[in-house]
Amino acid sequence: MEQILSLTQAALVFGTVILFGAVGEILTEKSGNLNLGVPGIMYLGGIAGLAGSFMYEMSTANPIPLVGLLIALLCTLAASLLGGLIYSFLTITLRANQNVTGLTLTIFGSGVANFFGGAMNTMAGGVGQISVAATSGAYRATLPFLDNVGVLSSLGFMVYVALILAFVMSWFLNKTRMGLNLRSVGENPATADAVGINVTKYKYMATCIGAAITGLGGLYYVMDYIKGTWANDAGIERLGWLAVALVIFARWKPKQAIWGSYLFGVLFWLYFYIGGLTRSSQELFKMLPYVVTIVVLIVVSIRRKHENQPPESLGLPYFREDR
Amino acid sequence: MQRDKATVSMRNITKTFGSVLANEHVNLDIYKGEILALLGENGSGKTTLMNILSGIYFPDTGHIRVNGQEVSIRSPKDVYRLGIGMVHQHFKLVNVLTAAENIILGMPGKGKLDLKAVGEQILKICNLYGFDINPEQKVYDMSVSQKQTVEIVKVLYRGADILILDEPTAVLTPQETEKLFCVLRNLRKDGKAIVIITHKLHEVEEISDRVAVLRRGVNVGELATKDTNAAEMTNMMVGHAVSLNIARPEPKDPQPRLVVDHLTVKDADGVVRLADVSFTANSGEVLGIAGISGCGQKELLESIAGLEPLEQGSIRYIRPEDGKEFDLAGMNPREIFDLGVKLSFVPEDRLGMGLVGNMDLTNNMMLRSFRNGKSVFTDRKSPRNLAHRVVSELEVNTPGLTIPVRKLSGGNVQKVLVGREISSSPTVLMTAYAVRGLDINSSYTIYHLINKQKEKGAAVIFVGEDLDVLLELCDRILVLCDGRISGIVPGVGADKNEIGLMMTSHGGDKSHDSNS
Amino acid sequence: MTQTHKVPFMRIAKRESMPLWHSLLIWLIGLVLALAVSAIVIYAIVHLNPIKIYTAMFEGNFGSERRAWVFLRDMVMLLCIGIGLAPAFRMRFWNIGAEGQILIGGIATAAVMIYGGATMPTWALLVLSVVVSCIAGAIWGGIPGAFKARYGTNETLFTLMMNYVAIQLTSFFVAVWENPYGSNTVGVINQQTQAGWFPAILGQKYLLNILIVMVLTVAMFIYLRYSKHGYEIAVVGESEKTARYIGINVNKVILRTMMLSGAICGLTGFITVAGSSHTISTSTAGGSGFTAIIVAWLAKFNTFVMILVAGLLVFLEKGAIQIASQYNLNDYASEMITGIILFFILGSEFFTHYRLIFRRGKEVE
Repeated sequence: MEQILSLTQAALVFGTVILFGAVGEILTEKSGNLNLGVPGIMYLGGIAGLAGSFMYEMSTANPIPLVGLLIALLCTLAASLLGGLIYSFLTITLRANQNVTGLTLTIFGSGVANFFGGAMNTMAGGVGQISVAATSGAYRATLPFLDNVGVLSSLGFMVYVALILAFVMSWFLNKTRMGLNLRSVGENPATADAVGINVTKYKYMATCIGAAITGLGGLYYVMDYIKGTWANDAGIERLGWLAVALVIFARWKPKQAIWGSYLFGVLFWLYFYIGGLTRSSQELFKMLPYVVTIVVLIVVSIRRKHENQPPESLGLPYFREDR
Repeated sequence: MQRDKATVSMRNITKTFGSVLANEHVNLDIYKGEILALLGENGSGKTTLMNILSGIYFPDTGHIRVNGQEVSIRSPKDVYRLGIGMVHQHFKLVNVLTAAENIILGMPGKGKLDLKAVGEQILKICNLYGFDINPEQKVYDMSVSQKQTVEIVKVLYRGADILILDEPTAVLTPQETEKLFCVLRNLRKDGKAIVIITHKLHEVEEISDRVAVLRRGVNVGELATKDTNAAEMTNMMVGHAVSLNIARPEPKDPQPRLVVDHLTVKDADGVVRLADVSFTANSGEVLGIAGISGCGQKELLESIAGLEPLEQGSIRYIRPEDGKEFDLAGMNPREIFDLGVKLSFVPEDRLGMGLVGNMDLTNNMMLRSFRNGKSVFTDRKSPRNLAHRVVSELEVNTPGLTIPVRKLSGGNVQKVLVGREISSSPTVLMTAYAVRGLDINSSYTIYHLINKQKEKGAAVIFVGEDLDVLLELCDRILVLCDGRISGIVPGVGADKNEIGLMMTSHGGDKSHDSNS
Repeated sequence: MTQTHKVPFMRIAKRESMPLWHSLLIWLIGLVLALAVSAIVIYAIVHLNPIKIYTAMFEGNFGSERRAWVFLRDMVMLLCIGIGLAPAFRMRFWNIGAEGQILIGGIATAAVMIYGGATMPTWALLVLSVVVSCIAGAIWGGIPGAFKARYGTNETLFTLMMNYVAIQLTSFFVAVWENPYGSNTVGVINQQTQAGWFPAILGQKYLLNILIVMVLTVAMFIYLRYSKHGYEIAVVGESEKTARYIGINVNKVILRTMMLSGAICGLTGFITVAGSSHTISTSTAGGSGFTAIIVAWLAKFNTFVMILVAGLLVFLEKGAIQIASQYNLNDYASEMITGIILFFILGSEFFTHYRLIFRRGKEVE
């Protein structure tokens, strides 16, 4: 029983990181942009948040947790938005290839994050020595009224933020006018253009806001998952790619991403909790989220059920013809 | 008849595309509470004129008044405000969305969607005019006729008083057409102005109040429908026969080369495009195929070439050397090629199918011949020589052999394509709209090439839209109408009006003595 | 009555085509701009003279003979992957799975080296490794290819996921083969016997790597441009409709090309394991599977241009490592600078395909 609780908790925390990433990327992909820069944006968001709170905590003797929290949040949002903006500008306005641009963003994000992370480590006196205890503590602040509900008692509030974001995103996409317009942009930009929707504006907004949400995943990773420090172990990158996988697994539906993220969490940590596994077979277990995603991808393309397909113009640039 | 002032008044509209004069000083009036049929052959300019009214093109000269006000229509979004709505032949719908979602797409309004209210509003419109759609149905689940209904309701929902329908019955069954006509009558009763672009005379007679005929970009006349008849309308549409002086060598010893039997083809949506078509193409002969755009010619050629699957029927090829027969039905181009059947096809879509636009002349020449030879490497010498020959013999105007073919002008592109297809000395040569968009000289070059192939004994199938050309070039003319054979007449002495009638209704005008 | 047109301030029009030197010029401008921006960034962070930095980068790559060989070794690695990607990209099939295909080839090679190292002579091991790594890569690339051909499954996402399955598979084998026990690394394989290692040629241990890749560069160039397969690939990539019209079996071409692409990437894994690192780990590909995508794309699938682009990227990477050690800087700066430069080059691509037309006042009809 202990084991299951522990696994659940690990899965929820793990799942939250990729849930942020997936919800943001769903928004982006609904506009037709395939952003392979998700890991890069999570890197940028994570390091920006860490750097912001690190600077703050170093500068005062008694850092106030709430202030640290807000500073970190602002830094993360700014950095992620910037990442999304770079991608948007290159692919929408300058019509660069989406895959190549996204991968470049990942390289760039990884470089920036590890560079500044390393620099901060040095400043703090060594690898793993950074500790933004106050801010991290703030992020791990639990919801007081759930303090006595078993496994939920130790979950930071960001877990709930992610859940709420997912529900809000689902509502936005399916129940609002703007959401409808956005969906048409991702399916058939020519038709959307013909009825007067500003395709460019929607693509920019969806990609940038999507990036901001994805960046929150990086922030959560830094503050809660690894508890306010930095390690150059590409941990964020793997989670970033899992977030991309989750978007596919969830068939571009935010509510599906919720249980999908926790499922991935369970699959990822399962090896730890199954007794008697050799270390090598543990590695095979870690394959599960990806294999499951591939299966979903194949099944969806065979069954061709329209609701499960990727947005029709995903990955394709849209250029309006000259009249 | 008491005439109100025109709702829409188009004056002196001229529009050119490059060297093509699509509309020439056209005047047109559209009235409320009336159904106007816009009649004309392909290339007559009717669709261009309506595209101008719906904001897709901007005219070179002329003005447009709507409800008495002079307007400048710059884009499709402007026309909604003016109360104009056009339903195109190719629908602009998002497949994964429902009817209601498509109908309100892009409309301003409250942030939160109230699809129930939208649905109710849609049903109100439906009840008013007799439409039948389910607002919550997904577009991908709809038949073609239902999708068209969504498009019509879409423009009505946005407040259109002037509706333009481009060939609306092209995709409908007779029953669906009847339903549509009912709806149109209701709309007319409600005071809407309706324009139908069409070529089907019997429909013009059935549904329209007035008919305006365009021919080669000019408005040749408007009549009240009840004051005219099919023969007169056809005459206005096709005009007098024009003598073109195209040579027509006598076929030498024509033998059956391709025997098509009970061919039936359905398109991707399941609509029957060709029904029970049977004919024989003879060697040394040019068989013309006449018919309005969409009557099934494309499907006919593509199913013979192996590019389109067929529902039923056989396509028997008779080999010239020994008379052996092969059934080509259901084979793909590779299989036909491997059989040794030299079948060449000049498709309608020159740069999208017949050629690779981004490749140069040599590489395009190689499309048919690249498999030759046992080597793993491609032989570029022969295609290059062929390219040289084609360029010099057909006088292709090109700066060189290495520029991408999409940079060539229309006529030159076609010369390259035809040059390649005839270079293999085909036994069957099929061409679709071989001279569409070509200048006079290039056209004559193409006729000459076709005649040469005919003299060499090829069975030529020539799909064309210019009746004058068909009458002079072809030895026999097969007329298709709505996917069926309306008649097969000898080319010599054929009557243009008769063919025109056969194109628009089955068997032509029954009062005439038909020749087939 | 006349109508006035308001011409928009700035319009974008597609260019017809551009002579090669013009494209290169735009690239060069993009590169210079990027270097300038990077220089500013470097200065802002470390307050060092950018010229000194760039000199140091040069030193890091070519400062000594050993370094020069390492440069060449890494450059041909990246180039080899690009060669593998060229046919797939030419066909407009977005093979994002190079990283995984390399690892699979590497695993196969390591297996041959480990299990055959004691009993087979090196030349046999090498031959077997080549065969096995190619087959393994071909399968890894062929699976997404088959699904795309048959069901239209999105290849970008499929190949992407296959990467991570391959990474986990690698971890699995690392755990199985770990040596010494508990270290979670395989260590240098056959360190004593050098069984299955690339032999040194003319005294240089990386010469064989370079030779193999050079042969592949020429071979792929010839394959794509002069062979019948290459022609089919080009037609399918340019216009699938035309390909079907002339009877090309599009599905067969897709599958065959993806297997080729996977095989070459698998071969890259072989070259890395047998000719360079002599071990297998999840960092055997080290992200170069992704970088190579950018290389292949920028070089427009021309294998000779890829030499230049691969060279540039490796130069940047090694140069940054040099800077890091020399100036006590974090060597991740290289990734950052590489990213910036690539952004600028990608952005400057725009100007090779389009031109801007600025308004010159209202036009009156």
